[in-house]
Amino acid sequence: MSSMFSLSDVTVCYDNVDAVRNVSLSVEEGQIVTVIGPNGAGKTTLLMAAIGLLSSKGRMVFQGSDIGKMSVEDRVERRVCLVPEKRELFSDMSVADNLLLGSYSLRDRSGVQKTLDDVYDRFPRLKERQRQAAGTLSGGERQMLALGRALMAKPKLLMLDEPSLGLAPLIVREIFRTIASLRELGVSILLVEQNARAALETADYGYVLETGEIVQSGPAKDLIHDPRLITAYLGGH
Amino acid sequence: MTSDIAAILAIDGIATGAVYALVAIGTVLIFTVTRVIFIPFGDIAAFTALTLAALDAKRFPGTGALVVILACLATLIEITSLARSGELRLLPRALSFYLLLPLAVVGAAWLVMRMDPPLAVRLVLALMLTMPISPLLDRIVFRPIADGTVLLLLTVSVALHFALVGLGLLFFGPEGVRTEPLTSFSTVFAGVLISGQTLLIVIAALVFSGLLFLFFDFTLVGKSLRATAVNRTGSRLMGIRPERAGTIAYLLGSLMAGVSGILIAPVNTVFYDSGFLIGLKAFVGAIVGGMTSYPGAAIGAVGVGILESFASFESSALKDVIVFSLLIPILIWRSLASLHSEEEIEE
Repeated sequence: MSSMFSLSDVTVCYDNVDAVRNVSLSVEEGQIVTVIGPNGAGKTTLLMAAIGLLSSKGRMVFQGSDIGKMSVEDRVERRVCLVPEKRELFSDMSVADNLLLGSYSLRDRSGVQKTLDDVYDRFPRLKERQRQAAGTLSGGERQMLALGRALMAKPKLLMLDEPSLGLAPLIVREIFRTIASLRELGVSILLVEQNARAALETADYGYVLETGEIVQSGPAKDLIHDPRLITAYLGGH
Repeated sequence: MTSDIAAILAIDGIATGAVYALVAIGTVLIFTVTRVIFIPFGDIAAFTALTLAALDAKRFPGTGALVVILACLATLIEITSLARSGELRLLPRALSFYLLLPLAVVGAAWLVMRMDPPLAVRLVLALMLTMPISPLLDRIVFRPIADGTVLLLLTVSVALHFALVGLGLLFFGPEGVRTEPLTSFSTVFAGVLISGQTLLIVIAALVFSGLLFLFFDFTLVGKSLRATAVNRTGSRLMGIRPERAGTIAYLLGSLMAGVSGILIAPVNTVFYDSGFLIGLKAFVGAIVGGMTSYPGAAIGAVGVGILESFASFESSALKDVIVFSLLIPILIWRSLASLHSEEEIEE
């Protein structure tokens, strides 16, 4: 079976260092795939290259076509979306405007209002605050807005960079519940996380990235019981 | 100075300031979207006035040839960069946007001009002919260095202004022009005579800044421009192309500058190099507003206009000296104020 999205031997040079070396991974349709690993392993660099913000060597194939040399905007038009670690919201624009801009790349504007209603159903807090400037939201709300804004583009592949970073445990649980629920929309997800336990509990398949290389991979339910990973990333119990 | 004279000077200052405000708003628009401080905006205003004067005199303006040459250059550069990145499939789009569209505008203007059109049509023609200049200059000059520092972009922008002044002399000649007034209406308000032209300037400034406000708040394209200004990476992740946002910003900015040129031409004699002072004063107004705020830029520009009006009453030879000297303390105050806020952020 051919994958929806695959990286083959991708190398990314960042600050004159190969931050990511010969990484190969694949995401099947409707699957949640996670890349876990310590801080500085190259996880964010990998996603930045996958969306086109950093240039890379190797092959990147999305739905049968090579997107490796395409611009960020061309990838977004093919419905490959990234929610970056820094969220990159439009802080002095309203929540509603941020969401509307999420749909910018859609040529067919007829379904935008329905998608907006769906996002508000999923995140009622955003609906309450739709007129508020994005910069005034709390950390959890900002993450919800970043996720909601990405969903406005009706993504086929959604890449999430550390969605739980800096959030309170209760909010983290809510965010992961939301990510798991995106399965029913048929969205494929590539999830990069330091919170390895939560990521593996949500994902179907996992890769372990250390110092820029994939050192281990397998079904998430196997990785979560792997003794080495338990000691290194899952809190040792 | 009597109160009557003060009132006349104030009204005169507001009208001049309104012209600067249009250019200042355009300057802020371009700066926030592309990080370029576009000094040649004043030249665009002057070129529009010169274009209108040529059309009034039933001559085809030099702007036509200028646009054709810039369009050819821009197309050549675009084709080269497409060939280099192996994206020649985008060639038809590049040709239609950088070559056919500007040529069509010039061609249409040439045809319409032969039919001896009324003033309203000539105004539209003058605006249409000057609007492609800035986006084409953007493609030729700024796009290749888009990732440079603000200082590099500013230096190139100043150089570009001098190049444009030279081109202005070449295409328009050394004669100054003053176009016919757009209206002969005048009214007396609180004992002061206000000319229709003054009213028109203020109304046009209000209408065009109002339209810009509506465009930013109520259209997706307008919002995409604001998004690019607020967060470039974030907007790219939404599929908003910074180059396209830049082109739209240049087109809109040119429209504002062009309108200000048309408004000022019946009041002041405009030469090929008159744009510099208009651009510089608008730039100062924009700086008073912090380079990022539209109302701030407009208020700053009107302030510059009023100051200039009173200064020219005291000493017409020294008016520019007075205007720019008084701005030094304002700039020092602004830089101290912004330093202070950065410290607060760090805390």
